[in-house]
Amino acid sequence: MGESDVTAAANEDVLLSMIDISKEFPGVKALDNVSLTIRRGAVHALMGENGAGKSTLMKCLFGMYQKDSGRILFEGKETNFKSARDALNNGVAMVHQELNQALKRNVMDNIWLGRYPMIGGVMVNEGKMYNDTKAVFDELGINVDPRRVMSTMPVSERQMVEIAKAVSFNSKIIVFDEPTSSLTEKEVDHLFGIINMLRDRGVGIIYISHKMEEILRISDEVTIMRDGKYIATKPAGELTMDVIIRLMVGRELTSRFPEKTNAPGATALEVENLSGMYNQVRGVSFSARKGEILGLAGLDGSGRTQVLELIFGILTRKSGTITLNGKRIRNRNSRESIRNSFGLLTEERRATGIFSILSVLENTVISSLRKHLLFGFYLSAASMREDTRWSVDSMKIKTPGQSTQLRSLSGGNQQKVILGRWLLNDPEVLLLDEPTRGIDVGAKYEIYQLMIDLARRGKTVLMVSNEMGELLGVCDRIIVMSGGRLAGEVDARDTNQEEIMTLAAKYV
Amino acid sequence: MNFAAGIKNRYETFSAMDARDKGRAISELLVNNSLYILILATIIITCVVNPLFLSVGSIVNIFNLSAAKLPIACGIAGAIVLTGTDLSAGRVVGLTACMTAASLQASSYAKRMFGSLPLIPIPVVILIVIIVGAVVGWVNGFWVAKFKLHPFIVTLATQLIVYGALLLFVLINGQNGQPISSLDQSVKDFVTGSFISVPGGARPVPIPNYVWIGFIVVVITWFLWNKTTFGKNMFAVGSNQEAANVSGVNVNRTIILVHTLAGAMYGITGFIEAPRIGSGTSATGFNYECDAIAACVIGGVSFVGGTGKVSGIVVGVFLLNIIFVALNALSVNMNLQYIIKGLIILVACAIDMRKYLVRK
Repeated sequence: MGESDVTAAANEDVLLSMIDISKEFPGVKALDNVSLTIRRGAVHALMGENGAGKSTLMKCLFGMYQKDSGRILFEGKETNFKSARDALNNGVAMVHQELNQALKRNVMDNIWLGRYPMIGGVMVNEGKMYNDTKAVFDELGINVDPRRVMSTMPVSERQMVEIAKAVSFNSKIIVFDEPTSSLTEKEVDHLFGIINMLRDRGVGIIYISHKMEEILRISDEVTIMRDGKYIATKPAGELTMDVIIRLMVGRELTSRFPEKTNAPGATALEVENLSGMYNQVRGVSFSARKGEILGLAGLDGSGRTQVLELIFGILTRKSGTITLNGKRIRNRNSRESIRNSFGLLTEERRATGIFSILSVLENTVISSLRKHLLFGFYLSAASMREDTRWSVDSMKIKTPGQSTQLRSLSGGNQQKVILGRWLLNDPEVLLLDEPTRGIDVGAKYEIYQLMIDLARRGKTVLMVSNEMGELLGVCDRIIVMSGGRLAGEVDARDTNQEEIMTLAAKYV
Repeated sequence: MNFAAGIKNRYETFSAMDARDKGRAISELLVNNSLYILILATIIITCVVNPLFLSVGSIVNIFNLSAAKLPIACGIAGAIVLTGTDLSAGRVVGLTACMTAASLQASSYAKRMFGSLPLIPIPVVILIVIIVGAVVGWVNGFWVAKFKLHPFIVTLATQLIVYGALLLFVLINGQNGQPISSLDQSVKDFVTGSFISVPGGARPVPIPNYVWIGFIVVVITWFLWNKTTFGKNMFAVGSNQEAANVSGVNVNRTIILVHTLAGAMYGITGFIEAPRIGSGTSATGFNYECDAIAACVIGGVSFVGGTGKVSGIVVGVFLLNIIFVALNALSVNMNLQYIIKGLIILVACAIDMRKYLVRK
């Protein structure tokens, strides 16, 4: 990208240029020579599918990740921020999607956190804090009492506080990460008013969002990323929604997937009007057949994971009936679901899947201990070892032994251990949430093969994935979630990523 | 064989290192084992100053003191495996000790607490104290599991409640809170009597029966921890509660069971303590939980959760009691002993935590 180099030197307007940034994680090239140029007084939208590398790029900018190669020029000088704090002190701020605030404290405490104005070096100058906060708020047209406690405020107002904080640092660049996901239409108008005002003052704005109408409305330029690669930067005026979608998903499927040998049969699982008590899932109905791999597609936060967890009974249902092979079942908690032949591979392997300091054996048998009881109370070591051996062999798990702590295995092998844990229960319905997240390509292929084998043996497999390619490559049918509702259903053989993306944006 | 091969293997790895890594490896080894080094040094110094420390009588004494504390340590260890703790242990021991004493006072004694009652059979008394302990443990577990309260808070509260109950108990039937003493000979024989003696010294040193009670409790604990669904579930919950729930483990029931079992163990400790000391008072059992927690941590039952072995608990209890006896043999001031105990807990926890730090 020598071109942007030249631009950076020549153009006074350029505030920030990230040039040829690369970042590799074990097994994944997360960023591959990506470049981004932000100009003074312009809104620059950053777009791409989940996992395209947008947030990795931002994390490299803010020093949360160390980039492997490439340069970052801020106001013409080479810069390497050590932390988000360091970036903020230098005038680069980020308004996060997940607000990181001290909820028990009041508004002004949050804004001046870590840089409280002092009296005589000992006492915090509350009066100055109040007046300064008020001044920033008046300037931005925000109507919030600086002394109000954060936890008593709606998310939209808390977000305004976050923006005010960025402004109070006199930031030259402000990154907005999905800022409108929790805002009403009126609040979005207010936010856009603020963004326009910041633009007029010469602030450079990076705007990350999935919502295409918003992007076409607010941004001056759009950069599109895909699979960790830079695809294009275009003036927003030249773009339409169709063009953006094509640029975002325009990849071709290669033979990353095993041959599909399963054949869907009679209906096995029926879910009717499923709603969550404490989440946004509303009225989801679908069915899945024996020997079928059913994909659940959608954007982050569309409720895919919650659907699986509602079925498995670890989230509280508000309504909904579940029928397996014609029989109504209740699945009120995980134990009942397991008795009803369900299994759930959770999304966050490290957080909710593995027992990292326990052994391969203990991780394998934890869901099927009942099978190993002698006289109803004594756990037979021989029987547990036998089952673990079966799991290790049939999953081709690479481990030094059964007593190895699970944390010393690679991600792919950990995932296979958890899959083996469920297969030992011989489940009828397997709920797989991001089964290939964070594991390398070879292990992915093996897991796809396992899924197809299971389906061939008449099991029903539900799979949530962020990777549209793998949904198209492995599933028979795909249902698409959007904003907690079911947006549609497609046949994996004759659909394409554009169709799914359009459905996924239906209720956003 | 395996052990020898392991040592050989480690030695080879060590030889392959360069000088700087060797230095680091040695200092790591010293820091990680500093507690054991400290204890070894204590023993050696004590032997030099007071040779009686290594007499048969003194060694059996260390065994006895340790065995008496094993049940309470085994109970608390379960709570620690769940990343929790139990502050109510000592007071439960106090209450159950007083109940044991009150129900087994010799019928010839004039100021019996329950003068009108006949002597209650020993097995019934054992059952009663176990149930009383288990009920307190169940309450602890219930509040921890159902209301997601930290065990520290729950047991801090139950500790006070049990202490109050204990103070009321020692005033029953016009008693004025004096020690509940003069236990019947039958219970003294049952707990502190002996059927095996160790020869040595001037005359054979008897091994009291409560050593065997401690032994049985350890065996039962080992069995529960390693050979039952309950044990596997306990380690799973301690290691990753959310993953355990998803895997179908009844997390709440496991938490409640662990605490209930712990309470039952305190009941057994109480049953031993009354005849061992000869009486029960409102101060019996005070601060026992501190020693028990310290012993668990020294023995590798980590507050990180999900790790720990029964053998570790036994080793921890023994090491702690060796230090106590040594400090007495050295005639160290009682007040100073508290300071030393506190330091031991700090150092033990710090060393333990080092193992789980993720080096960046």
